Amino acid sequence: MATTASEVKQAAGVIDPALEQRITALIEARVATEVEKRVAERVAALVPQRLSEGVQSIQKQAANGDGRPRRLAIVASKGSLDMAYPPLILATTAAAMGWEVAIFFTFYGLDIINRRKLPHLKVAPVGNPAMPEPIKGVPFKVPTLIGALPFMSDVATAMMKQWFAAAQIPSIQELLDVAQDTGVELISCTTTMGVMGVRDEDIIAGANYAGAGHFLDYAASADVALFV
Amino acid sequence: MATTGVAAAAGERVEAAVPQVDSTVDCRGKLCPGPLIDAHMAMRTLQPGQVLELLATDPGAERDVPAFSRNTGHELLLTKSDGPVTKYYLRKKG
Repeated sequence: MATTASEVKQAAGVIDPALEQRITALIEARVATEVEKRVAERVAALVPQRLSEGVQSIQKQAANGDGRPRRLAIVASKGSLDMAYPPLILATTAAAMGWEVAIFFTFYGLDIINRRKLPHLKVAPVGNPAMPEPIKGVPFKVPTLIGALPFMSDVATAMMKQWFAAAQIPSIQELLDVAQDTGVELISCTTTMGVMGVRDEDIIAGANYAGAGHFLDYAASADVALFV
Repeated sequence: MATTGVAAAAGERVEAAVPQVDSTVDCRGKLCPGPLIDAHMAMRTLQPGQVLELLATDPGAERDVPAFSRNTGHELLLTKSDGPVTKYYLRKKG
């Protein structure tokens, strides 16, 4: 800017200092306007590009480096109502987020996909000091020994089902339906079937049958592996 | 959760513009995994670029929905709190 102003001054020969000041101010103002305009244009062009690159990079982090979706492998080993929920909630959530998911149902966990048993999964009140108070707001817990009385498990189960329903938590059957609908692979442990005398027709439709070898092979390339 | 967006970031008390919505899913009263499963099911019915409005009261959704967005690539355009209800606007991945 200074050079330009000086050149103007030289070209004009000796000029009035007031005029020189005026010319300098004009040139500076013109240059400032032009610089501002170009910067604004550049920023407007760069910001969407940078944002889009940022989003892509975040998406790449969500998937794996090779672009395949994340993978979740779960072992469901317990057959009580309260222990049937965590694997199914995690599995359906992961599937909703675009992950590949497989659940290996083994030992008592096999009851979760046993069509005869899954409607009757129960809560075990014995030896479970975390059992909540039967009446909400009343700080009285049933002693766990009372839980050993006949039908106490049914009472606790009915109570828990009612709470789940009130909180709009899907039933186990509904979660299984969502799991199958979203492509979660349900694997029935064939060893457990043999030991417990469970037949193919006892297992819900759409489940696969395999042993530990298949599950381990799947889990070896999983990003998250959980034992429930 | 406070209204987010360019206007809020600039410190102005101007409401960020609500995007045009193609579909709304009401998850009020539902807890995890309800909102994400409902969002996933609703996204299946939308075309790429269309916008889903998700209504939720689950406090967990405030972190679950952004995680859903990061994992699926469906862009979270706006999060808007409306009393006890939080509204999430997600654009289906193109």
